[in-house]
Amino acid sequence: MSVMQGSLFNHPPSRVGGERVEHADHPDPNLWIFGFWIFLASDLVLFASLFATYAVLHTHIANGPSARQIFDVTGFTAETLFLLTSSFTCGLATWSMRRGQQGWLKAWLVVTLIFGLLFIGFEVDEFATNSMKGYGMSTSAFLSAFYTLVGTHGCHVSLGICWMVAILIQVFRLGITEVTARKVFVVSLYWHFLDVVWVFIFTVVYLTGVMG
Amino acid sequence: MPDDTLNVSHFLVTGDPLIYGADVSIVVVSIAIVAVLTYYRKWGWLWREWLTTVDHKKIGIMYMIAALLMLFRGGVDALLMRTQLAFPNMRFLKAEHYNQIFTTHGTIMILFMAMPFIFAMMNIAIPLMIGARDVAFPYLNAISFWMFFFGAMLFNLSFVIGGSPDAGWTSYPPLAESEFNLGPGENYYLLALQISGIGSIATGINFFVTILKMRAPGMTLMRMPLFCWAVLATSVLIIFAFPVLTVALALLLIDRIAGAHFFTMLGGGNPMMYINMFWIWGHPEVYIVVLPAFGIFSEVVATFSGKRIFGYASMVASLMAIAVISYFTWLHHFFTMGAGPGVNSFFALSTMIIAIPTGVKIFNWLATMYNGRVRVTVPMKWALGFIPNFAVGGATGVMLSVAPADYQYHNSYFLIAHFHQTLIGGVVFGMLAGMYYWWPKMFGFLLEERYANWGFWWFNIGFYVCFIPQYLLGFMGMTRRIYTYPTGMGWSTLNLISTIGAFMMGLGFLFIAAGIVYSIFYGERDTTGDPWNGRTLEWSLPSPAPHYNFARIPVVTSRDAWWTMKEERKQGVLPPGRDELRPIHMPKNSGRPFILSLSFFVAGFGLVFHWYILTVIGFAAVAACLLLRSFDYDTDSYIPVDEIKKTEASYGRS
Repeated sequence: MSVMQGSLFNHPPSRVGGERVEHADHPDPNLWIFGFWIFLASDLVLFASLFATYAVLHTHIANGPSARQIFDVTGFTAETLFLLTSSFTCGLATWSMRRGQQGWLKAWLVVTLIFGLLFIGFEVDEFATNSMKGYGMSTSAFLSAFYTLVGTHGCHVSLGICWMVAILIQVFRLGITEVTARKVFVVSLYWHFLDVVWVFIFTVVYLTGVMG
Repeated sequence: MPDDTLNVSHFLVTGDPLIYGADVSIVVVSIAIVAVLTYYRKWGWLWREWLTTVDHKKIGIMYMIAALLMLFRGGVDALLMRTQLAFPNMRFLKAEHYNQIFTTHGTIMILFMAMPFIFAMMNIAIPLMIGARDVAFPYLNAISFWMFFFGAMLFNLSFVIGGSPDAGWTSYPPLAESEFNLGPGENYYLLALQISGIGSIATGINFFVTILKMRAPGMTLMRMPLFCWAVLATSVLIIFAFPVLTVALALLLIDRIAGAHFFTMLGGGNPMMYINMFWIWGHPEVYIVVLPAFGIFSEVVATFSGKRIFGYASMVASLMAIAVISYFTWLHHFFTMGAGPGVNSFFALSTMIIAIPTGVKIFNWLATMYNGRVRVTVPMKWALGFIPNFAVGGATGVMLSVAPADYQYHNSYFLIAHFHQTLIGGVVFGMLAGMYYWWPKMFGFLLEERYANWGFWWFNIGFYVCFIPQYLLGFMGMTRRIYTYPTGMGWSTLNLISTIGAFMMGLGFLFIAAGIVYSIFYGERDTTGDPWNGRTLEWSLPSPAPHYNFARIPVVTSRDAWWTMKEERKQGVLPPGRDELRPIHMPKNSGRPFILSLSFFVAGFGLVFHWYILTVIGFAAVAACLLLRSFDYDTDSYIPVDEIKKTEASYGRS
């Protein structure tokens, strides 16, 4: 596992005659990681557009309920705690990986997945409760924007769970190799990104909603 | 509910001879393709060499073929419209049919012609220009292509199954909402654009990383060919603009399918939100397609003037300035929304400002030609034709940017003439210049000049005959998207002239196509790999380039690297001692990108008709493809040194 220690993510570029050589004989894992950062930038614009839509429409409640009427403080606080904690445990997973501790890596990934599932469970419950009361997507522009913004984030998290499970299986099978390490790192970037987006949802949607 | 083609109860579109004609030709062409492939036993070849390829050069060629086919279909749409408008009170097309045709014309030309054409040129040239063996993510590149391809297929299918979209290429709500537009056409539009849009974002990311991370040693950013800078700027624009379109289309689709109220008139919806988001993508989009054209002109003008480009640094600065400012001009598409003088002034000013870097570029191209030994080859003709064309298009753009005056021009034929002048004069001219320029690199033979010249002159003169009258018609009050007009408006002569011009352009296209067919059989072989006496690295390779591109990665010491190498050789400076050949790492071909995109197509087709079972099957297949890829560790291989030696020797190189 000495391959892993510090060499994966801070690859010093090889140099020939004082010039950087980007063409390694084997594919450079940093390329994937850099590419994924760019994807996240793109995904951020997607969320920004949804936030803008929510900002424009959140007062357009038509004949439906207002934000204050449907937001459940306990529910969204729990969701927030679950997701923030899962981001922390995901960080612990990559930290263990860098130290070559395979067991801890697997354990922290499992913990992360459990918190992710709890988050999704609470969110589904919140959506279901509101729908039962008749407050659906087609009730008002506010609810269309709310379900779409929060639901898009929820879809991202669900996808992240499936993805993380797939990578966890690969870690179980192959241990920490250059390839699985890259994959764990990339999925953790994705997970932290979703956490950052949730912080904005928490403040822009829920906090301003219950205060306004 | 109109009684014919919009009728949702009919799965196959009926009642129009043009559509029956299309049905017949689709069936005939499909049978012909299947027959030819079977007769010559080419199915395996098609699958191994093309459908599963991850080679950027082949993907580029497929993009180009698709773009030319779509140019044909979009062009036929244009000719149908011009025929309908040739005389007052024409009864050639019905109003509903006319609506569908202007919608598909616009959508196809922007998203399924211009986009794949720029992707074609990027794929073919960028890795060769920067001294790389492929793009950063070859497998993703294949996914991009097939997503585009199946998106385009889904869109074109609407013509014969279910009915075409008819709310304009911008698809503004509330007209595009199910309240006013029940048919599946709008669903086709939304899903086809969504599917191909995923491919576009992936391409943007891919080329951004490729250009920043895959350059040959010594090729600093400021030593890159200008086409690379142009594509870098375009990639940045794609990465930050396309997600906004994704959201706009997704929300409209949610409105239509789930009954949400984003853009509806009832329930608190706000249609202007869509229009803002559409153009936050839409304005950068016009620069996404035109910046690569600028890049091609820079390469072509420098090569055929025998000089390095004039004002390289200012060219780079203008590209970047355009990329940034293009995000701050979107509202000029709807000054008439009534956002107030403050907002309109801001967007009027930003629109005027963006003309400045564009002007800088025009002067730099002129200065490059000044005192150069200009060779007026076919690509150079398109570049020369572009300059006056774009100057007029740019000037009328500045006229449109004057917000108070725009209330007069808005949605008139003046606008139509303006944006065709920039998009055809800029993008189509640029892509055709690139096609003629890089054709020998793609296929190993040159395109014959006589046909190409006829094509150029018919298309170029036809362009002015077609669009200059439309400026005047705009002043005279003719608005866009009207399907007929009465006599006595004073529009008849100009419309007839415009139609004649459109057919001249059509003839030009036929000459270009005929020239390609002729050259396949009789074109001059390019045995040197450097038919134009080029300046950049792609011309250092044999034509067509071997699939690993560079047997040895070149070391770059200056701008116009290949030119420098040739000069040094002439002066007897020996190239530095060369490294031994080493095995080359290459990605393996894969059929999964094709199947993945096909699955998206199936899912999309299901959503168009609300057949959710099909949608679920499609998405399940997508998930399966993604998972299979994740568990696939056998994704690449090495080319042994012997094979490289053999390939290089077959080109007469060592």
